[in-house]
Amino acid sequence: MNLEFWLIQIFNGVSYGALLFLLASGLTLIFGVMRIVNLAHGSYFLLGGYVALSVIWATGSWLLALPAAALAIAVVGLLMERVFLRPLGFDPLRQVLLTVGFAFLFQQAALDIWGGDNLIIDPPAALTRSWVVGGLHLPVYRIFMIGTAVAIGLGLWLAMEKTRVGAVVRAAVDDAEMARGVGIDTSRVSMFIFALGAFLAALGGVIGGAFLGVYPGLDFEVLPVAFAVVIIGGMGSLTGAAVGSLLVGLADNFGKALFPELAYFSLYAPMVAILALKPTGLLGRE
Amino acid sequence: MKAKVIAVIVAIIALGAIAPFAGSYVLVLMTQALVLGIIAMSVDLLLGYTGLPSLGQAAYLGMGAYLTAILASTYGFGLGGGFWVVVVLGMLAGAAAAAVFGLFAVRAGGVYFLMITLALGMCVWGLAYRWNSLTGGDNGINMPGRPEFGISLSDDLNYFYLVLFFFVLSLGALYVLVRSPFGRSLVGIREREVRMRILGYNTWLHKYLAFVIAGAFGGLAGVLWAHLTGIVSPGDVILTTSVDVLLMVVLGGPGTLVGGAIGAGVVTFLREYLATVVPWWQYVLGAVYVLTILYLPGGLMGIPARIRRRKNAT
Amino acid sequence: MKLFSKVGLVAGIALAFAVPAKAQELRIGFVAPMTGIFAQIGKDMENGFQLYLDQHNGQLGGAKVTFIVEDTEGKPPVAVRKAEKLIRQDKVHMFIGGLLASAGYALAPVSSRLKTVYVLSVSAADDLTQRDLNKYPYIIRTSWTSSQPHHPMGQWACEQGYKRVVTIAADYAFGHEVTGGFQKVFEDCGGKVVQKIWPPLGTKDFGPYIPTIKKDADAIFTVMVGPMALQFPKQAQAAGIKTPIIGGGTSYDEFVLPSMGDEVLGHVSALQYSAAIDTPANAAFVKAYRSKYGKVPSYYSESNYTTAQMIDEVMKRNKGKWPGPQQFIKQLQGLKLEAVRGPVFFDDMRNPVQNIYIKKVEKKKMFGYPNEELWNTIIKTYPDVGQFWKYGKDKFLKQPVYSRDFPPCKYCE
Repeated sequence: MNLEFWLIQIFNGVSYGALLFLLASGLTLIFGVMRIVNLAHGSYFLLGGYVALSVIWATGSWLLALPAAALAIAVVGLLMERVFLRPLGFDPLRQVLLTVGFAFLFQQAALDIWGGDNLIIDPPAALTRSWVVGGLHLPVYRIFMIGTAVAIGLGLWLAMEKTRVGAVVRAAVDDAEMARGVGIDTSRVSMFIFALGAFLAALGGVIGGAFLGVYPGLDFEVLPVAFAVVIIGGMGSLTGAAVGSLLVGLADNFGKALFPELAYFSLYAPMVAILALKPTGLLGRE
Repeated sequence: MKAKVIAVIVAIIALGAIAPFAGSYVLVLMTQALVLGIIAMSVDLLLGYTGLPSLGQAAYLGMGAYLTAILASTYGFGLGGGFWVVVVLGMLAGAAAAAVFGLFAVRAGGVYFLMITLALGMCVWGLAYRWNSLTGGDNGINMPGRPEFGISLSDDLNYFYLVLFFFVLSLGALYVLVRSPFGRSLVGIREREVRMRILGYNTWLHKYLAFVIAGAFGGLAGVLWAHLTGIVSPGDVILTTSVDVLLMVVLGGPGTLVGGAIGAGVVTFLREYLATVVPWWQYVLGAVYVLTILYLPGGLMGIPARIRRRKNAT
Repeated sequence: MKLFSKVGLVAGIALAFAVPAKAQELRIGFVAPMTGIFAQIGKDMENGFQLYLDQHNGQLGGAKVTFIVEDTEGKPPVAVRKAEKLIRQDKVHMFIGGLLASAGYALAPVSSRLKTVYVLSVSAADDLTQRDLNKYPYIIRTSWTSSQPHHPMGQWACEQGYKRVVTIAADYAFGHEVTGGFQKVFEDCGGKVVQKIWPPLGTKDFGPYIPTIKKDADAIFTVMVGPMALQFPKQAQAAGIKTPIIGGGTSYDEFVLPSMGDEVLGHVSALQYSAAIDTPANAAFVKAYRSKYGKVPSYYSESNYTTAQMIDEVMKRNKGKWPGPQQFIKQLQGLKLEAVRGPVFFDDMRNPVQNIYIKKVEKKKMFGYPNEELWNTIIKTYPDVGQFWKYGKDKFLKQPVYSRDFPPCKYCE
């Protein structure tokens, strides 16, 4: 195991973590603002991939597919929140079960619309090359994944910290009642955040589509991983999602490379350990 | 109260009476609904009475099921009179797992409890899936056949009556439990935990015990489940199983015990029977989830009350 | 109180008293995943069988076929329940299908318990027709065993001059058995397997594994299934791997091939079927299947098509009357026929003996189709390959079933 091996593994782990960040950031935001455990989040990821494929088949443009799919699913998320989740008020159990119901509906609908074949989203040729840096083959697509995650992460952080909208959201997260007291429309905030979460998940699905593929069952495969990230990083914390994604990406990668028999363990063991020490996650708050 | 008890007893007797005449496949489904009814009722203890929504109960079913399967296939134990020992062991296994997991889970409440139980359930699934030498991994473990101790359980009708027996036992035990002072304090905790603590109750201990008891019944359901299907695989402990069980309680009516059993019947029918009749059964299942959550907060058992309220309102 | 179970009860009672099967009617149950990860494979399986029925007016050997399809959701317990439903409620004469090894292991006991014929049309788990056969007198397999095509593959690899091979295979029974078959023959011929990597079934990110592959290997032997098969060659290429990649049957079969790209050109694998078999029978089959279902048939479809053909032959001999389970199995086992995949007959363990094709991915036009596409061109045929290769049944059965640790990795570094 020489230096090259370690560097490549770190690189792979970080790129996987980048994809996880896209998936988990939406989940943690939704949880932070609305205290909803969105079990349909994996479905958003998968649907994002499917819609992107349809866009590519219709227009041939991968570049167009990215925002188109993300926006389409954001709309789906918006509708789900407004029409179904809102009327329930604050009832975490019912909301969870509702999202599960939708997850089943989405899965069947996806099967009926796009069929069951294992599909891949082919990125433009420019991204399929590899940069050779000091003897290391670095696939450009992975670099792209890392770049996108960093850009989005920074964008979200800036929006949260530096803009008025961000301040409003932070107020709603910290103390919803007080926020309402000062005139903030928390229901608008919820709607926006839910749509944003769906947007991010779908974007992850499009980007992940080249990497993981698009096929029935992917929704329930990525969901527990997203949860692992959110639980470890801290529910409701964006920074936590970033830290958690990185940790899970690296732990998963190194776990599989060094101890292949314990593949799933290297994912869930740290989760249990952290839950034992700090139930709200590394950077979460009560 | 009395009327309800009588109604339940009549229903159980009716079930036992129809069984010999039911179609062969329907009998299997009825047995399955009863096994799931046991674990659903245990979830109701947690959810309906203590206010703890657990998304990981399949783990305890898994403990009971895998224990049964490993004992039967590797050690040949539990296929004669030993079956009753395995039942006890299965319940202990479920309780033990819940005792360990409860240390992580019970300190949290509400949504955090949900997330943690989900995570713990996933851990058990991961173990079942990867620990090939113990669990057979993806292939699962085939049961060598149903036990025989005087009566042969290979006869589906006999097995049905056995399961019905355990169901009635579980229902009775849980019923006594929820009406006892312990049970009433659980309800108190669900309603106003802070007040209970002020009154001097050790609320953590109460919740923890409820969690362990639910685990024990999950283990029992697991033992019966292993013998029902004849195979135990990681598919039995996936997230969907835990979610289905939770839905059964919500659908039937939380806080009613029997509601869980009714919910089990409905969900089993949807998954196993409807699936053989129409290809779009998943839409129906999803719709049932959504509509129940939106419009039936008290579940099916709550319908008579709602009708009464409507009548009184007019 | 239990409203729905009452309805179910009445319906069940009604159906239970339904008219039992008549002599000239053949009731066939079919279990495969129709939802979930393997949904499309299940559909391909069903389509293969259905195509044969459609070409023969819905009849097999003169008997009118009632074909009932049930969804296993890819889960063994559901497969068991659906099989039970088919037998108990629909009173099928036989049930066919099962995709994964786990389904095969779950369904075989059902056939023994309920004394109904079970035809394994895909499920490849070795031991079902080897060391476990005695437990299952009512099963017969019309497809393959996991290790069957990979014995000759090991031979071929050795003949190519490969001396040091790295294997990377999905970590479950199928992956173990395929690798085992390859390794046994390859090493008996003088080759060495120097490294075995086992990514879990369903791995899509091979990032952790690719860098660990030994750089001085002569070839990499992969056992990939479904989405794994799509990802590995792409990621290997992106990581700069230049070592020749060869694979087990499912790494490049027609189920995944249409979604693959130029990265798999030249990759070699082994299986009892390729859509590019250049015979009139196969050309007709491929064209008929493609025009009806819009895609080139995979071995999942061919296997079920051929199964239907075999049932047809047996029923013809019985003039359309169901001969009873034991006779049916005996007669099926005694068949010798020219299937789409080539000549097939059965060994005394109820598993097929057939051609194994070494195939290479090439881009070309075939069967008169206008575009250049990826096809698995046959480069070598090993005829009459049974499940024991050249080892002889008794000698083979003395060794343990292929697993993660058998054959042991003597040359692993």
